[in-house]
This record gives sequence, structure tokens and C-alpha cells, in this order.
Amino acid sequence: MKVVSRASIVAFLLVLALLVWVGSSIYRAGYTTGVGVPREQPIPFSHEHHVSGLGISCEYCHVSVTEASFAGIPPTYTCMTCHSQIWNTSPMLAAVRTSAATGKPLTWIRVHDLPDFTYFNHSIHVNKGIGCETCHGPVDKMPLTWRVNTLFMSWCLECHRAPEKFIRPREEVFTMDWKPSGAEEGKDLVKKYGIAVKQLSDCSICHR
Amino acid sequence: MSNNTQLDIRQIRATLQSKQGSEYWRCLEELAETEEFREFLHREFPREASVWDDSSMGRRQFLMLMGASLALAGLNACTKQPDEKIIPFVRSPEFVTPGVPLSFATAMVQGGFATGILVTSHMGRPTKIEGNPDHPASLGATDAFTQASILSLYDPDRSQVPLNRGLIGTRDKFLQALSQALQAKKASGGAGLRILTETVTSPTLGDQLARLLRQFPRARWHQYEPVSMDYAREGARIAFGRIVTTRYHLDKADVVLSLDSDFLTHGPGAVRYARDFAQKRKVAGGKQTMNRLYSIESSPTNVGAIADHRLSVRPHDVEALTRRIARGAGVLVETPQSGNHDTWLAALVQDLRTHQGSSVVIPGLYQPPAVHALAHAINERLGNVGKTVSYSEPVEIQPEQSQAESLRKLVSDIRDGQVDMLVILGGNPVYDAPADLDFGGALASVAFSVHLGLYADETAAECTWHLPQAHSLETWSDARAYDGTATILQPLITPLYAGVSSDHELLELMLGTAEPKSYDIVREFWRRHSGSRDFETFWRTSLNSGLVAGSTFPSRNVRVRMQEVQSLPPGRAVPGDELSLAFRPDPTVWDGRYANNGWLQELPKPLTTLTWDNAILVSPATAGRFDLQNESVVEIAYNGRKIAGPVWITPGHPDQTVTVHLGYGRTKAGRIGSKRGFNVHAIRTSDAPWSIAGIGLAKTGAKSRLAVTQHHHLMEGRNLVRSASLAEYVANPVFAKEHQPSAQPSLYPEHEYDGYAWGMSIDLSACTGCNACVVACQAENNIPIVGKDQVLAGREMHWIRIDRYYKGSLDDPEVVFQPVTCMHCENAPCEVVCPVAATVHDSEGLNVMVYNRCIGTRYCSNNCPYKVRRFNFLQYSTDEPTLAMQKNPEVTVRSRGVMEKCSYCVQRISAARIEAKKEGREIRDGEVVTACQAACPSQAIVFGNINDPDSRIAKLKADPLDYGLLTELNTKPRTSYLARVTNPHQEPGTSA
Amino acid sequence: MKREHGVNTVETGPLIGHGQTYGTITDKITSDVLERKTPRGMLFGLAIAFILTMVLFISIGWLMIKGVGIWGINIPVAWGFAIINLVWWIGIGHAGTLISAILLLLNQHWRNSINRFAEAMTLFAVGCAALFPLLHLGRPWVFYWIIPLPDTMALWPQFRSPLTWDVFAITTYFTVSFMFWFVGLVPDLATMRDTAKKKWMKIVYGVLAMGWRGSARHWHRYEMAYLLLAGLATPLVISVHSVISFDFSVSVLPGWHATIFPPYFVAGAIYSGFAMVLCLVIPVRKAYGLQDFVTDRHMDYMAKVMLATGLIVAYGYAMEAFFAWYSGNEFEKYMMFNRTQGPYGFIYWGLLLTNIAIPQLLWIGRIRKNMVWLFLISITINIGMWLERFVIVVTSLHRDFLPSSWDMYYPTIWDWATYIGTIGLFLCLMFLFIRLMPMISIFELRQLLPWKSR
Repeated sequence: MKVVSRASIVAFLLVLALLVWVGSSIYRAGYTTGVGVPREQPIPFSHEHHVSGLGISCEYCHVSVTEASFAGIPPTYTCMTCHSQIWNTSPMLAAVRTSAATGKPLTWIRVHDLPDFTYFNHSIHVNKGIGCETCHGPVDKMPLTWRVNTLFMSWCLECHRAPEKFIRPREEVFTMDWKPSGAEEGKDLVKKYGIAVKQLSDCSICHR
Repeated sequence: MSNNTQLDIRQIRATLQSKQGSEYWRCLEELAETEEFREFLHREFPREASVWDDSSMGRRQFLMLMGASLALAGLNACTKQPDEKIIPFVRSPEFVTPGVPLSFATAMVQGGFATGILVTSHMGRPTKIEGNPDHPASLGATDAFTQASILSLYDPDRSQVPLNRGLIGTRDKFLQALSQALQAKKASGGAGLRILTETVTSPTLGDQLARLLRQFPRARWHQYEPVSMDYAREGARIAFGRIVTTRYHLDKADVVLSLDSDFLTHGPGAVRYARDFAQKRKVAGGKQTMNRLYSIESSPTNVGAIADHRLSVRPHDVEALTRRIARGAGVLVETPQSGNHDTWLAALVQDLRTHQGSSVVIPGLYQPPAVHALAHAINERLGNVGKTVSYSEPVEIQPEQSQAESLRKLVSDIRDGQVDMLVILGGNPVYDAPADLDFGGALASVAFSVHLGLYADETAAECTWHLPQAHSLETWSDARAYDGTATILQPLITPLYAGVSSDHELLELMLGTAEPKSYDIVREFWRRHSGSRDFETFWRTSLNSGLVAGSTFPSRNVRVRMQEVQSLPPGRAVPGDELSLAFRPDPTVWDGRYANNGWLQELPKPLTTLTWDNAILVSPATAGRFDLQNESVVEIAYNGRKIAGPVWITPGHPDQTVTVHLGYGRTKAGRIGSKRGFNVHAIRTSDAPWSIAGIGLAKTGAKSRLAVTQHHHLMEGRNLVRSASLAEYVANPVFAKEHQPSAQPSLYPEHEYDGYAWGMSIDLSACTGCNACVVACQAENNIPIVGKDQVLAGREMHWIRIDRYYKGSLDDPEVVFQPVTCMHCENAPCEVVCPVAATVHDSEGLNVMVYNRCIGTRYCSNNCPYKVRRFNFLQYSTDEPTLAMQKNPEVTVRSRGVMEKCSYCVQRISAARIEAKKEGREIRDGEVVTACQAACPSQAIVFGNINDPDSRIAKLKADPLDYGLLTELNTKPRTSYLARVTNPHQEPGTSA
Repeated sequence: MKREHGVNTVETGPLIGHGQTYGTITDKITSDVLERKTPRGMLFGLAIAFILTMVLFISIGWLMIKGVGIWGINIPVAWGFAIINLVWWIGIGHAGTLISAILLLLNQHWRNSINRFAEAMTLFAVGCAALFPLLHLGRPWVFYWIIPLPDTMALWPQFRSPLTWDVFAITTYFTVSFMFWFVGLVPDLATMRDTAKKKWMKIVYGVLAMGWRGSARHWHRYEMAYLLLAGLATPLVISVHSVISFDFSVSVLPGWHATIFPPYFVAGAIYSGFAMVLCLVIPVRKAYGLQDFVTDRHMDYMAKVMLATGLIVAYGYAMEAFFAWYSGNEFEKYMMFNRTQGPYGFIYWGLLLTNIAIPQLLWIGRIRKNMVWLFLISITINIGMWLERFVIVVTSLHRDFLPSSWDMYYPTIWDWATYIGTIGLFLCLMFLFIRLMPMISIFELRQLLPWKSR
């Protein structure tokens, strides 16, 4: 009797702890967050090939990244500028050609999807020296694109509470695999770009 | 049930997801009819099923329910966020950057007259209307109707397909029918062909009609509008022998007399007049002079509310008073002997005489021609012509002597069988034609009738053919403003619903052009009439600026024919015991054309704060005499015709008379507007459109609930709206700051603002209570409507409300308006009590509400002394797809269970901040303009950065008139008020 | 365990009937649970309580589908029945803790026969109360944001908010009350185990008894634990309702913003708590013929406690009125005017009648002894305490600072359904407790026996 009751108490507590642990780990698992999970796309577009292979700049396709909230997904005609000349018969690109011919747009699956109540603006980040890489990871090594970050609010705040850890010179934002030159550089840039760090953790900066 | 009839929410959603826009809606309709759907419904929501089956409102109810249950589904973390799709352009148009809104200049037309507007478009979706600063009728501001018209564009109840005798027809079928009908007409030179339009100022349309009448010489063109300017035109004809359009220049007027006119809120040029009037009214900034407004009115209006002296008389008594004023001003008319209000009039006359050339008399549309003629005479005698008032050629294309006459002629011709083809361009005469004409009955006997309109309304139902008209944001057209300035209307979106989209196209079809396009018609007209060598530049500049340069009508010299005016026979004097009635256009749904606009239906009507209904307004005394309470239903009889509706007791209403409003009692307005209120056209006859005397009034004993948003009308001696007369203000400029507690300490550390500190100032001297700000806010911030029941429950959602208090006696009270937004307190009571920090202070002093963090304890609202917080008690934001297209993508759409409130338009601040930061500069003063501020016709609202000493706001905050609401609670509000200053005449017995 | 007994038995009559011995007590109380078959009256009561519980579940279901809009709340009255009921139930809970803990520490042994009952009541009342903070949320499914968790938003609750304090206050209170009640049960559960005939009963009671053998060491540990818990529970009696009262007194609202609130909330809580105990004990005592264990003297004591706390509450009301006048603050003054003369005036007067006037009858000894009178008065007091919370929550909210925002609050059918429903749930649990557990502490009762009759 005594043993049974003792055991049951301990067991009860253990089970409770286990449940909590399981819950939180599922919530943070790649399955839920999509971190490290390559997304199937209508066309198996490879950033790796286009960026590191051909050395095409991010801005060539994502044109509005410097002046708009939305970085921009290239219209079919951007693809066709090259692919009307090269690989213009490849079955892989059939969808692109039909789109160009019929005028029916391509449909991509969003990889980095923020909740609708979060207002993210690409242009201000890029203009204040946050590199593509910082959030999107080594895109130049991604045959199919995936998330490298959870996009949890806590993750956003890592930078919004201490931008000096992540900021880089404006000229370097499109650079991949960039390394800060010194420990002080971040702090200097924050000062130089006039970033009001205190303000970055205001709710109203991202939520309206 | 077999498997394929097993339908569940996911499938429904899937089906709907694949559809877009109108298609989506239609799909939902079809879906709603399927058997499986009903099965599903009864299975899932037996309770709702009944609602669904017997009323179309049930559909919305159901969607709401579905939304709620889906929201719950979010509870279990097992459901992952669905994949979001990105659909890029195939070929990206230049000048469109995804995520960057564009703005186009066009115009909003009401009653034929244009107001210039700028429309914001997000990725091809027009979402918000602002005034066009370059347009004389707007100067950047708008009225409530203009703000709300964007919602009508997306109204899912708009007519979507051509109807042939109520059945769905096609464009081609119609074209066949039309050409057949016209074949016959060609031979007879158009005998029996009639065109019925509303008031027309569109040059292109005028030109088309002219051509049509040339092609069919025996055809006739009639005009009718329930709120017409007949009396004004007739008055002008009496005074000048010809019809002219009158224009006022209130920026030059020191003394203004309104004769039953609501020139500040309604009618052509009202927005401009409000601006000019307010300029002379504001004293902030050390001014020591201001204009004085006298108002003689037969029904409470905003004009009377801000007037320094208000005289509330029965409709028929206005003429008598006008005659006495005229005599005082030197117009030798015969005047009645009776001498009440003597001191009042004496003071007025004396004031007018001492302000010769800087005074103006404004007759109201609702007063008979004689009053207009007299007003013209007075203005001339006082030497105001050319200074505060000027005249121009009529702005209307073909000013009808009397539209009522025109319509009566049409009906009698129909009765005589002289009409076999009638084309109705806009308007809804079957609903709003005078009762004595029985237009509906006559229309039935017309062989071939066509109705072009936004809605399949009462008139559409009676016509052979109905064609869905394009909204003015969907098509090309043109129109003139109150001063003749022409604007070319350009579309922002291709028509959502197919059909013969515009009156231009329909007329062009009748003229025999195949496949006409509004664009070509309008452009062609201006190519011929622009009179400029380089048409392309003319066209582009006109579209860009939103007006045709130099199209304003020059003022004309006309002289009053004193003889005619002075020999005018006095109108019938109404004996004191007779009960009279005044008809008025409704302040929110006008003549009924906006009946299906939810924003306007739920907009509290000024003075009564009534929503969703019209009522029979009576004075407290009259109510006492007939033993009436609020909401008790009475029957009004006149010449054997009857209407019945609930009573609303209105302080300041003249005794022995009642006011009723047009625009209600619609039967085919749509889901929002149908079966609301009562139709006053049942007793409105063509000979007495605005007032009748000798009505019978009887209590029915029934009650009918009215949803008002403000229940208590006195300030209970609290120092909320602070006011003083100009004299008092000059003597003691800091009167508003008296009894204001000195700064108190706070337990919490003070906030520090090294950057911007946003603040707002509202000038109570300038606010006319016109409601434009309320709708502007609703449009900008995706504020839902909640419906009559919820308003009755006290759950309206407006972020800015206009409080209205009465001072003094209930029979002739002083009325004050006070717009109340979130005060963005420095020591905000709401912030400390929120358990999850969903409402917090930001580093620019905004009190921000974070919807996605809110769990809905509602404690913040309880602790808010201003009660400006609004809660989504139910799922209010609808997921009706077309309405969703209107939503502002920069503002979160709130779901059930979260608190919301005024955000100082934080989205506009962010946008400005981001731009400024990218350019490495500070935000300029006036760069951030809140929605309410932009809309305000009298510019009573100023917003800006208090930390910048040179900003307008900083100066206003430093003004002696500046005071805060409930500052004794040490909330330190960021929104403050400029105390109300009035300018009463010094004479005794004239106190307003 | 030798303690001096009968010390405080000098007053009116004994704490336990004559001719009772260890044996008789044990038999009586255990048999009520173990042998005696459920009386018809009880089944009937249980049935009704169960139906009402179902009503509660239905209204909760509808609430989840539609949202709090199904209630009568609005702007300005954003809190309605939910909060009224929360405060009411929590208050009722207090008597339990007070009787068990404080009276134990004060060596008031007369408590022994009613404490088990009162503790159970506390537990169930707090349970009912705990429903409302969850239900009244606009988005109940994210209630856990109030609890400090290391979540993915890197956000903490807002610790300045009284609602956050509530979370800690209520949960602590519930936990401690539960422990206290359970620990108190252990020896009796053992008794049940030993006297039970059926095998499965033995096992169930056995597990619950946690291997209690009644050895001296057990008793020693037990006394320790019980005293410690009593020590823990005592401050809670004060703290919980004080914290609840902060929900109001911390705000700026006239009628809420008052320093008198904490003490007078606590007094009110004990007031209503004892009233509820009486409401329950009087019929049960009759039904089960427990007059020997719960004697008239218990009733008398409890009546006196009610009288005392009632007077404190009355003082609270007086002070509210006084300071409204003394402060000279126009809003405070209007608040008092509105309470007495406003549209909800009748409720305030009803409150004074039920909560202050009628209970004064308790000065009369005969009425304290008359069970019918006592029962009726207790009911009245429970109603009165509910009205008090209505006055505080609704009447204060519906007319605050700006007359333009004044409005009325009318409860809907769902407000009532939820409220009545919780009463059903409470009674349901109570019935089950009476049926399945020793409702009176056997061993503690034994202590009340004069030595000779052991």
C-alpha cells in the first residue's frame, strides 16, 4: 500500500513534467516551424545554382527589396530574359514558358510566412544594414529553399534588442557568408545609421 | 447520407478559396443552395439552420459562426498554419511596386455636384478616399458620404447582372431589344421616347443628351431628384429674371445669417463653406476677432448647434421673419404685424447693417422661392454681392425650373399614353417620387422601360430592363463642382460586375455607336471642347490634378429686380394650433441612395445620435402636449395619406411641428438597408416637398426600439466642454485653464521622449459635428459595423465618437460637440491593469493596443475614464470577400474577443518614419496626417510632434485655450482641446 | 495525543450528544457512506443539481462558439455576472479555510464537527469561482499568457496588473485548501478502508489513505503537517480576498477606487462563507440526524460569527458613503448619489435590507437556536452578498466620468444560465462528497468525547 501510494505520487509528477516537455518540443520542432525543411515548388528553382553558380545578385529578381516592404517575387518575364535563350527547351522550365505564353502567373509557396498581424518591412532592414543572410541564411547553398530561422517573436527580438550583434555595412547586405571585422564594428554602425535601439522593441514597430 | 453529400467546413473553405472576388460571392450563393450544404448546416448548427433558412441575413450569421468555430480550432496546436501562396506578375506593369500604395485623382458626385477626391489604391484595390487639396470644393477635406462611398463600391448587394422583367438577362438580349425599340423611334423622330435623369452637371453627358435630342427631335429629357434645388432656382428666377447659381465666400463674411439652411454640412460646396467659415471662427493663436452666426431654423441642424444665436421656429414662419429682416435691411416688402422675437431681430438687423459688405444671408434649400428671392435682395441691399456672395451661370447642364414639374409632366404624358419608351439613368423614382404622382403605377404602363442603377432597387423591379451601373470609381465620366470647376472622373478598378456600365455608354448605344467605351466618349468630348492645342498634355494634367484648369465659372453681374421681389405676396400664415411637418434629407443615408451602406447606417446622426432608423422628431413641449415618450409609435395623417413611426424627443426642436427624414422604408435596398424605418414619401407631395401644415398626429400605443449611441445629454456640472464668449475670452484668455489642478506626482517614473512625441489638438470652436472624421476613421482602420441589435446593446465600434451635450433649457438649449478619441495618456490607466501587457506605451508616447497579445479581460476598458476602448464582443469583422477587398492592408483586422481603439493612425506614422529614416532625415511637420484630421472640413483637428517647438501642434498646445479632459485624474492626455469660444451679440434678449 | 478537552464547554450545552462513544461515532459516520443506501431525497436533489450542471456546460459550449457577446456586457459595463459570481464564490469559500485553519490554531475544538464539511465546501466554491476568470476572457484559449512561462514570444505577464496577482492568489489558495482538506481526510480514509466490506472499496480507500496505519509516528507527522498547513492557510484567508479586492481598488473608477476594500471584502467573504455553511449544514444535519455531532451550540457560534462579520461589512458601507461625502470629489459624490437614486437604486436598497437589516435578528438568542429562522437568514445573506457585488461591479461601471458614455446593463438568459449552472455544479459536488466521503471528521470528533465515555 505505502509503496504504491508513494510511487503514484512520484509517477504523477513525472508524467506532468513529461507532458510539458513533449508539448514544448513539438511546438519548437522543425515539423511545426518548418526550419530546415526544403519546400516543394512548382518549379525546382535553385538559389544555389543562380546565386553561387551564376553569381546573380539578389536584387536582380527581388527588385523592390530596397524600397518596399515586400521584397518582390520576379515576374515570369524576368525568368524569360535568360531562359528564352538558354535551357529554352528544358522540360524543367515548361511551367515558366507556358506562363509566359498564356499569361497565367506562376504560383510559388511562401517559405518565410509571417503572421498577418506582424508588419515586416524589407526596405528599412536592408537600408539599415541587415543582410539577407541574417534572416534567410546561406541561400547560396540552397538547391531548394528552406527556413533557417523559426520566425518566433523571440527570434526577432534577439536582433531588435541588440542590433549591434547582427548589423553590417550597407554595402555588404547582399553578401553571403559575411564576417564582422571587429567586435566594435556593430556598435559603430548602429550609431552611424542612427538606429534608435530603445524604440526597436516597441510593440508598435511590428504590430498595428 | 452517402459520402459525396458529406460536406464539412474544410471543403466549403476549399471551394471558396479557389474563387476570387464576385465569382467567390456567387460561388457562395450557389453553394448555399446545394442540398449537401443544408444537410451540413443542420448537422453542424441546428440552431442556426432555421435562421439561415428563413432569412438571407442568416448567411452572414452563419459565416460569423463559422469564423468563430474556426477561431476556436486555432486552440489545438496540431493545426499548422496553411501554406500561403505568392502569385507574381507575369509582366510587371511599370510604376506598380508591390506593397506601395498609389493615389489617383477623381471626383465624388452627389446630386450632380462634384467634390474632388484622391483615392488610395493598394495593388489595384481602391481602399481609402481623401479630399483633393487642389479642388475648390474640397481643399483636401471630405464629408461623411464621400468617405463612405468606397464601401458602396464593394457592396455585395450591388446589382450584378442585367435583369429583364426581374429575370436574369444578358447584355446582347438587351442590345437587341434596344435597337428594335429605337428602329421604330427613328421613323417617328423619337415620339414617345423619354429620358429621366437626376440633376446633370456632366458636360459629356449633357453633350450626349443634346445629340440624342437632335437625333430624336420629338424625344424629351426630364430630370428629377428628391432633394432638388428647385426652390433655389425658382428664387433666383424671381429675383434676377433668370436662373443663376449662387456662391458664398464665407472667408470674407463677419456676420452670417442662415435662413433654415445647413450650408455647413449639406448641399454643393458644403465642405468648402465649412473650411471658409471655420477660418473666420478659430481664435486660437491670439486672434481677438471672429465671425458671428445667426441661424433661424425649423428643424435642429449642425448650423444651429454652432450658431451664436439660434431661433427655432416653425417652417412656415421663416418667411415672415425674413420679410421683417428684409425690411430692416431696406427691402420694402410688406411685413406681418405680429411682433415676436423683436429684440432678436432688431439686434440681427443692426448687426447686418453695421457689417455691410462683410455679411451674408444664406437661404436654405427647404425654404420657398420667396425666401431665396428676399435673401438675394437683402444681400444686394447690404452690398454683399461681389464680396461675400457672387453669382454665376447655372452649373447644371439644363437647369429645370422645377424638377417636380418636370416629373409631373412625364407622368401625365405617360398617363395620356404618349410615352412608350422610358430610359431612367440613375435615381430611384419609384421609391422617392412624390406620392401624388404615383410614378410606380404610371411606369407599369410604359411599353419599354430601362433602368440603369447601382442596385436592383424598387425602380428596377418595375422596369422592363435593369442594367447594373458601374460605381463612379469603376468608370470614366466627368462632372462640375458647385462653382463650375470640371473634373474628369477616372476609374481605379475595372467594373466588378459586367453590364452596360455607365450612362455614357447607354446613351452612346442609343445614338447608334456599337460597343462604346466610356473612356473614348469622355476623351472624345474633351478632345473637342478642351480648346487646348496640346490635348495630350491637357488630358494628362487634368487627370493628375483632378480638375480641368480654368473651368471654373466666372462670376456674373446680375441685379435684383426689386419691384418683383417687393411685390411678392406673403406666404400663407399658419395658425398657431395647426401642427406642421418638415421633411429633411437624412443626415446619413441622404435620400436613400446610401441605404445599403453599413457605415452610414451605423453612423450616429448628429444631434440625435440615432442609428439604423429614421424617427419622428418632436420638441419636449409638443411631446408633452401629445403625451409622447421616446420610441412610442405615432401615426401622421395628411390629406388622407398616412405614415407611422417612432418618436424621438429632440431638445431645441420648434414646438407645434415635427421633422421626418427621407431615405428610409426602402423595400429593395439590400440586406443592410431594406425594411428599416418608415417611408416618408407616402405623404410627401410634389406641391409641398419640404414642409406641410395641418397634419394629424395620433398615438398608436405601440413602441418601436431606436438604437441611439448616447443616452445621457447633460454634463452633470462637470467641466468637460469649456466655453466662453469672445468678450469673456478677451478679458480672461486663460479661462479654460481655471480650476485645473496643478501637476500631480505619479508613483511610476515619467516617460522620456528623445525622439518624437505625437499629440493631437481638437478645436471645439470649429467642430461642426459633421461626422466626416468618424467615417474616415472607420474606412482607414477596418472598423466593422455591428448592426442595430448590437448598438442597442451598447457595443458600437467607432474609434472616434462625437459627444453631444445640451446646456440650458431643454426647449432652447445650447448644443456643444466634443469629438473624443483615445487620449493616449502619459499615465494611461489602461496600461497598468492589463495582465498580459497588450496595451503599452511606446517610445513616441503612443498608447498602443496590441491585438494579437490581447486575451480580452476588458479591464482596460473599465479603467479608461474616457471609455474610448471598443471590444469585439462577437465576431464582427465579416469575411464577405468583396467587403474584404476594401480593408486597409496596413491595419490588422481584429477578430472576436480582442480590445481595440484609436491608434493615432500608427500605420501612417510608421510609413512616414520608415521613409524618413531611409532618407536619413526627421519626419517633417504635417507629414503625418491622421484619417480624421485629413477628412475634417473645418480643420478642427491638428496632429503632430509636440517635441518640435516649431510644429503647429506644439504652438496649439501652448495656446491659452488648450485644456485636457479629466486632467484631475492625472492621466496627462496627449489629445487636448481648444476651448469653445462663441461670439454672441451684446444686445440683451439675444442670448442664444 | 493528549490535549485538554472540554475546556471551552462551559457555554451553552455540549459539543457532542450524550451516550456517544468512539464506536458509535465511527459506526454512524462510516455507515452513512458505506452501508446506508442512498436516500430518495438525496437522489432527487442530485438529479436537479445534475441538470443544472448540464445547463452550465451548454452555456459554456455556446459561449465558446459565439463569444462573450452572448452575455449582457457592453461598453461601459465590460464586466458583468462573470466577475460578480467570481467574487461571490471565492467569498463563500472563505468560511472553510477560516473554520479549519484559524479556529484550529485558536484551539476552538467546536470546529471539529463542521470543518471537514466546510473545507469541502471551500474546495468546490473555489472551483466554481475559478471557472469565471477563464470564461469571461474574450479569447479563453490563450489564458495561459497570464502565467509566467518561458514562451516563444519572449514576453512575461504584466506584473503591475491585479489580474496577474489574482492568478497567483487563487491557485495558491486552491492548492493549499486542497492539501488541507485531503490531509485532514487521510486518517478517516484509513478508517473507511478498514470498515469497508467490498474489496474494491478497500482498494480505493486504501490508495487514498496512503498507507495510514495510525501508528504514533503517523499521528505525530500528521499533527505536524496539519498544523503547518493551518499556518499556511491562515494568511491566505486574508490575502486571497484582499487581492481580489485589488481588482477594484487599484482602478481609477469611482466606487472601486477605495482603500476600505481589502478588509471589508474579507469580512464580507467570511460573512457569506458562514451563511453558506449554515445553508448546507442545517438540512444535512436534519436529513442524516447528526444533531448529536453538529449541535445547536455550533449553530449558535456560527450565527454569532455571522453577526460580527455582518457588522464589519455594514461599517464598510458606511465608510464608502462617508468618504464619498467627505472627499468632496464630484465623481465620488455622484457615485453615491447614483447608487442610492440611480436606475439601479433598488438593488442598493435591497442590499442594505438583506445584508444589514435582516441579519440583526441574530441578536435574539431564540432565533439563533431556531433552525428554520437561521436557514432563512443565511439564504438572505447569501443573496445580499451577491447583490453587494452587483452594486460594486455594475452600478459603478455604468455611470463613470463622461456622461456621454453612460449606459445600462441587462443580463441575458446566458448570464443567468451560467450563474445558476455553477450553483448546480457546486451542489452536485457537495452531494457526491456527502455520499462518498466521511462528511464529519471521525477522529477529530472522537477528541470531543469527554474522557469517561471513551
